[in-house]
Amino acid sequence: MSNIKCQCGHENPFGTELCEKCGRPLSEKAKKSDIVDMRYEGSSRRSQTYSSSIIDKIWNFFSSVKIGVSIIAAVLIASAIGTIFPQKFYVPATTDAEYLAYYERLYGTVGKLYYQLGFYDMYNSWWFKILVGMLGTSIIIASIDRVIPLYKSLKKQRTRRHPSFMKRQRIFGEGEIVNTKESLDNAEKKLKDFHYNIKREDGAILAEKHRFSRWGPYVNHTGLIIFFIGVLLRGIPGFYVDETMWLREGETRNIIGADGYVLENRGFILENYTKEEAEEVFGAALDKVGSVVKNYQTDVTLYKKKDGALPGSDDLEKMKDYSIVVNKPLTFNGYSVFQMDYKLNELSTMTFHLVEKTTEKSLGEFTVNLSNPEKEYDLGNGSTVDMLGFYPDYDGIKDGEPYSKSPIPNNPAFIFQMNTPDKPEGEKSFIAIQQTLEVEENDYAVKFAAADTRNISGLTIRKDKTLYILLLGGLVFMIGVIQGMYWQHRRIWIQEDSEGHLLIAAHTNKNWFSLRKELDKLRESADLPAYIDRQDPELDKLEQEGDENIWT
Amino acid sequence: MAKKVNKKKNRLIFRTVLLVIMAAIIVYAITSKDKVTVLAEGDKAPDFELVDLDGNAHRLSDYKGEGVFLNFWGTWCPPCKKEMPHMEDMYKDFEAKGVNILTVNVGEPKVKIELFRDDMGLSFPMLWDKNKTVMDLYNIKPLPTTFLINPEGKIIKIIKQGMTEEQIREFLESIQPK
Repeated sequence: MSNIKCQCGHENPFGTELCEKCGRPLSEKAKKSDIVDMRYEGSSRRSQTYSSSIIDKIWNFFSSVKIGVSIIAAVLIASAIGTIFPQKFYVPATTDAEYLAYYERLYGTVGKLYYQLGFYDMYNSWWFKILVGMLGTSIIIASIDRVIPLYKSLKKQRTRRHPSFMKRQRIFGEGEIVNTKESLDNAEKKLKDFHYNIKREDGAILAEKHRFSRWGPYVNHTGLIIFFIGVLLRGIPGFYVDETMWLREGETRNIIGADGYVLENRGFILENYTKEEAEEVFGAALDKVGSVVKNYQTDVTLYKKKDGALPGSDDLEKMKDYSIVVNKPLTFNGYSVFQMDYKLNELSTMTFHLVEKTTEKSLGEFTVNLSNPEKEYDLGNGSTVDMLGFYPDYDGIKDGEPYSKSPIPNNPAFIFQMNTPDKPEGEKSFIAIQQTLEVEENDYAVKFAAADTRNISGLTIRKDKTLYILLLGGLVFMIGVIQGMYWQHRRIWIQEDSEGHLLIAAHTNKNWFSLRKELDKLRESADLPAYIDRQDPELDKLEQEGDENIWT
Repeated sequence: MAKKVNKKKNRLIFRTVLLVIMAAIIVYAITSKDKVTVLAEGDKAPDFELVDLDGNAHRLSDYKGEGVFLNFWGTWCPPCKKEMPHMEDMYKDFEAKGVNILTVNVGEPKVKIELFRDDMGLSFPMLWDKNKTVMDLYNIKPLPTTFLINPEGKIIKIIKQGMTEEQIREFLESIQPK
């Protein structure tokens, strides 16, 4: 592939439509056309060159706008399909078989297919990641392939263009002018008033403004790439955490997602507005719904594993006490722990009386802490109660034994052994809520007296180091959009040809109407030939004065 | 001409580098796991320190050079309960052969675990993960989950279900030091 040498002597890369310097049409297509295609200045897009090696072929594939648009369409369609059924995240299952069963049960064969094709966990599926990666590649390569030649040809452009370039512009005019020198001087002055940058060489003017508007799309793409990088960083451990956990009052638990930190819930508080304090604001609402929440709060203590201590060890140091309320998270080392949810009134303690059945006389009472029960409860008068069995979520008898279906005290049941001075060898009794079983008739019984409850805080653990990268990406994106949208790159060429005619041509990347208005004003102060907009000739004929017969 | 050849060469290098970077990013995105680092077979087993019911501290690194059969369990989980007696039967034999059975209860009340142990007559170390730190560290989802850790400290297998007596024996033998 060789360079194309223009008649003006400039060497252009293979594939160039218009000479970078003088603007002469070089390709057959450009020579034949009435109006030249000014996209990328008729420069050679790099993708059109050298496709000798496999690397070049891949490069050219990604450089294509058609391919880019197809990839965007594919991402869009896939994303749309991904919203049809719930994503994996919302499905109550843990193993692959359970997921498959879930989708098949609820959505039949389509659901099965949905699972098998990976739509159920789309953002983590390999093909979605490949698509997004290809999109990123396409944006980068297509931009590089266009911005560099465009930059080069705008930089190389000459003030005097070849008449064949001028004649193929959408806006063009030609005519005999009495005093060309004076016209050019006047035009230059006026164009300066319009804030054009002027280049003048003998008998030719190039007036140009807002060239930076041409870089808008590429700035915009740079913003997108920065955004992609931010999203990509979220996948690297340490950059992004978004977890939730339940923490019971009194419980001390490892913080999910924040290695080495442990959190204790010292109490959950739910406060409502009283009628007196909020009559003015919530009076009507309080009358209507009964209560309006004033505060959700979890009082916590944060502990950190000591340096060098292993996970799981009790070697913790207290960091701080804090009250988490909505929008005021506990923060430490880049993490934020937010108040997100709550559950009220889970059983926490149960108090029992030990009574003699016949007299109904109490020998004392004891309280079982359901999250930390004891082996033996001493009632202090020679009587003790031993814990022989504890079933926090009792669900009937299985294989001859009481069965607890979870570790949560939803329906506690116990086997107690009652040791009294009367019966030192002890009597056994099975106690569940509203149920007592005895092996043989006992003299003593454990009677339920009272229960206490506790609340559970729902907390969200967040860490996001990519936020500012995403923000920067968005900002750059918007700057690019504004740059490309609100300014137009305009150029006006005025030159005297060898026969003494004055030629005028103009080009803009958008908003031709304003360009024409500017030209009309220019013609008021400088004697210039009438021009025509060849994509809208009628319009111009009506507006302009002067020689209108040049095209006929 | 030499300049042109050079330019062409540079362009090829640039294109190759950029494409390789993009391909590497895609491959990384596909192979990297979820936000949480999930342990996989072949990974090094993270060290931890837990206290058993008798108050003895156990560190995983204490067992370097020996196999560790690390079993996470809860009293309410029927398959956990089912496999415990088999583990008890083999515990002494394999301890002599350099394979240790360590069980980790995921944060139940201590008394509950003691009652369970006494009821079942178990004698192997029962570690108590009261803050669920090790459970989170090992990313335990279903119970029981068992990690087979070889004498070099590597996880060679993760079993996310109950095991039969025969399976337990095979697994214990698989991490026996040679």
